[in-house]
Amino acid sequence: MSQAIEVHDLVVKRGKRTVLDGFSCVIPRGSVTGLLGPSGSGKTTLMRAIVGVQIVASGTVTVLGHPAGSVPLRRKIGYLTQAPSVYADLTVVENARYFASLYGLKAAAADEAIEAVGLTSARGQLVVNLSGGQRSRASLACAIVSRPEVLILDEPTVGQDPVLRDELWDHFRRLAAEGATVLVSSHVMDEANRCDRLLLIREGVLVADDTPAAVKAAAGVDDLDQAFLNLIRRQEVVTR
Amino acid sequence: MILASTIKRILSQLRHDPRTIGLIVVVPTLLITLIYFMYEGQPALFDRVALTMLGVFPFIVMFLITSIAMLRERTTGTLERLFTTPVGKLDLLFGYGVAFGVAAAVQASVAAGFSYWALDMRTAGSIGLVILIAVANAVLGVALGLLCSAFARTEFQAVQFMPLVVAPQLLLCGLFVPREEMAGWLQAISDVLPMSYSVEALTEVGVHAEPTGIMWRDLTVVVGAIIVALVLGAATLRRRTA
Repeated sequence: MSQAIEVHDLVVKRGKRTVLDGFSCVIPRGSVTGLLGPSGSGKTTLMRAIVGVQIVASGTVTVLGHPAGSVPLRRKIGYLTQAPSVYADLTVVENARYFASLYGLKAAAADEAIEAVGLTSARGQLVVNLSGGQRSRASLACAIVSRPEVLILDEPTVGQDPVLRDELWDHFRRLAAEGATVLVSSHVMDEANRCDRLLLIREGVLVADDTPAAVKAAAGVDDLDQAFLNLIRRQEVVTR
Repeated sequence: MILASTIKRILSQLRHDPRTIGLIVVVPTLLITLIYFMYEGQPALFDRVALTMLGVFPFIVMFLITSIAMLRERTTGTLERLFTTPVGKLDLLFGYGVAFGVAAAVQASVAAGFSYWALDMRTAGSIGLVILIAVANAVLGVALGLLCSAFARTEFQAVQFMPLVVAPQLLLCGLFVPREEMAGWLQAISDVLPMSYSVEALTEVGVHAEPTGIMWRDLTVVVGAIIVALVLGAATLRRRTA
């Protein structure tokens, strides 16, 4: 099986608004896939559906052959929420060790994850005293601590300095090379070039699903920002 | 295993917050000292009121800190994240129950010990039973706090549940008006409020040297109420949300 995630005809409503309306996509195993789109386009909702915490109106989401959110997946998925979801009144290492323990893992796994996100020097600090960027890295450490097969990351690089961002992307690439499937949302287009595949989403509709090179080729430009714009305009013409 | 590390995590959070620990340990003792001076020269009355309050204060404190702590899990996204991991609902609920139960045991022991030795409170039964009932009452507060946090979206709302849940139980538990002298419908309400039973159990310890059947029955009712509240709490915890 080469597909890690299959989303079929997914409909999600939040309040009166239909956030995703018949959304379908597949995400191959062992890849880094970028989920790009403006704020409010449905990126977080799609990610929540994939990790199985979103109430869906209809459609199916299958992860590693299992229905999203089912028990066997809970050991295989790592999820980074957009707002850092770690305990502010615990230290970095206490947070990482707690999440490691949920998978039956020892302190060494926690140390490794902290090292991977570059927080070793701040490991003994309470999360409440960290900067925004450090806090989100502490949260990331807890998402990768179990070495999950599927890693869902909601805007992991927001607020990080460029050097660190580069290192984090190297880390995601390394995880994918080892066989993990990584889905990363972002609205920074220059990061999109580092993905194997891109999903461009706008107002709950898939605008493009291809490699970065193919997206650019289809739009006839060499700049992803411009490519996104061209594809949206073209789609609007079609739907009218 | 997950339960054990969840208990440890919650206690670590508490450990990093010395002011809260201070408040948990000291406040009931201070309030009982206040009662001591209110009833100076009326030792029998003080014995009765202080004994009741040894059950009531831990209930109030634990209800409040649990509903806020659980609300925080919901609002900061940690709860949502935990639900993508192998954590079970019962791991979480019992994690809070046990961790705050430990805190309550410390609180009740300090308050009861101080009442006996410094304030000269007298009971026919043993201090151990008083602490046992106080801890059961505190865990009841934890369980109801977990349940009520599901109905609050903000801290503002969560604290409003305190008077709603605590005040009727305190008013109708028999401290102000003996239960048998209340109007029938008030008695009926009192009969379904768990604190009526813990207060009656404490009163039994106050007047009987040996644990009585009524005391054990009352304690069983309180434990039953804890289990019902935890099960209802589990039902309000949803892995999937809108």
